[in-house]
Amino acid sequence: MAYRTPAAPGGEPGKIIASSADLARILDRIAHQILEKTDGGRDTLLLGIPTRGVPLARRLAARMEAFEQFKMPVGGLDVTLYRDDLRLRGARAVGPTDLPAGGVDGRLVILVDDVLFSGRTIRAALDALADLGRPRAVQLAVLVDRGHRELPIRADYVGKNIPTALDESVRVRLTEIDGTDEIRITGKEEV
Amino acid sequence: MTQRTHLGVRHLLSAADLDRDAAKAVLDTATEMAAMAGREVKKLPTLRGRTVVNLFYEDSTRTRISFEAAAKRLSADVINFSAKGSSVSKGESLKDTALTLQAMGADAVVIRHSASGAPHRLAQWVDGAVINAGDGMHEHPTQALLDAYTMRSRHGRVEGLKVVIVGDVLHSRVARSNVHLLHTLGAHVTLVAPPTLLPVGVEAWPADVSYDLDAALPTADVVMMLRVQRERMGDSFFPSEREYARRYGLDAHRVRTLPDHGIVMHPGPMNRGMEIAPEVADSARSTIVEQVRNGVSVRMAVLYLMLGGMS
Repeated sequence: MAYRTPAAPGGEPGKIIASSADLARILDRIAHQILEKTDGGRDTLLLGIPTRGVPLARRLAARMEAFEQFKMPVGGLDVTLYRDDLRLRGARAVGPTDLPAGGVDGRLVILVDDVLFSGRTIRAALDALADLGRPRAVQLAVLVDRGHRELPIRADYVGKNIPTALDESVRVRLTEIDGTDEIRITGKEEV
Repeated sequence: MTQRTHLGVRHLLSAADLDRDAAKAVLDTATEMAAMAGREVKKLPTLRGRTVVNLFYEDSTRTRISFEAAAKRLSADVINFSAKGSSVSKGESLKDTALTLQAMGADAVVIRHSASGAPHRLAQWVDGAVINAGDGMHEHPTQALLDAYTMRSRHGRVEGLKVVIVGDVLHSRVARSNVHLLHTLGAHVTLVAPPTLLPVGVEAWPADVSYDLDAALPTADVVMMLRVQRERMGDSFFPSEREYARRYGLDAHRVRTLPDHGIVMHPGPMNRGMEIAPEVADSARSTIVEQVRNGVSVRMAVLYLMLGGMS
């Protein structure tokens, strides 16, 4: 594929698709789109999917609060115990789920994740959400949609569509977790 | 995330099977499981389609119910097999039962048996994960895990805690598993018991030994009282119950010599008035009810990590 560039000598493999400044602009746009589609964030809450969905959700909430001076509830939704690949991949570390006060009942829940790929994580998130209550509606915001869906799931807000080959890998890095902001794509043989 | 997500062993037979990372993985996972217990829908789909067999050759209330609740909350199918009253000799019946379980395709077998080592034998006959829920006077690893979890939730850590384990160490699988696990997690354990109730070779355990309860209490972060197991005592191990209670029982007077933050634990069932006074068992320092509640979360964590890591 076009993105499969050789590693620079001594540098990290792969190619940077979005820099820190690009990422900031993407999040600004998504924040505006959410405000527009939710009538200024009314009865809305953001739930990030660990690991990187959680800081993304917090950043989006902070931006919306700065744009429109209101309090956007934000939390995290761990989906580990709802995954369908336990037999294939084995147990994974279970992360915390924290819901903002008031819960999800009757509200518009926007799930936030870094990369949308097979759609299985989102399927698990929908099941997890159903055990927490009954939202009025559920929407999905992702930083990257890399295609290759295995389920009928699509995102309502997409930061960047990146066409990929199945054997490539898309890595989102965030300052809160990785010390830097970037989206990087690597071929399998380079990882 | 760097947290380990497997225990590094196929069966959980002894608390000594777990290294520090594995033990911490259980405690961390149990913390998240405990958070689920506060939700409206407590059930998780995680182990749907898996079969967990509770194979209990010995009486048990809390452990069996706890494992059953844990497996059901994770949506596993639970089969309770109570072997009480079986007239077949132990070795044969255990093997026959094992072959039956094997034929049924049990993914995990939780076994309690009066013979030390029975879970080890079972592990050779079945493909599923074997979890020791107490074997004779040997081990009870999930009890040690829930005790460590309880200490961590009360004190914020296990490492560096001074833990005093008091009473019938000789017959206690709880004490044996706790000594192993607490040592792994970096706590300092002191065993306090009359000389007749200490096992041969106790000096090789990673714990101090004392005969003087009053000397150990003022610096104890945790005091764990063991049940005097009269059903396992053919002979006289101490002159009288009154004398035992006077020297090794935890009464209201002795509890006052604990540091302010000191907690009192007991694996249950208790002999109230013997190793522990009723007012101590029911006091704010006592974690006895908490231990039972924590048991479900810890066993959910063990089942998840063991069955998840199997493929």
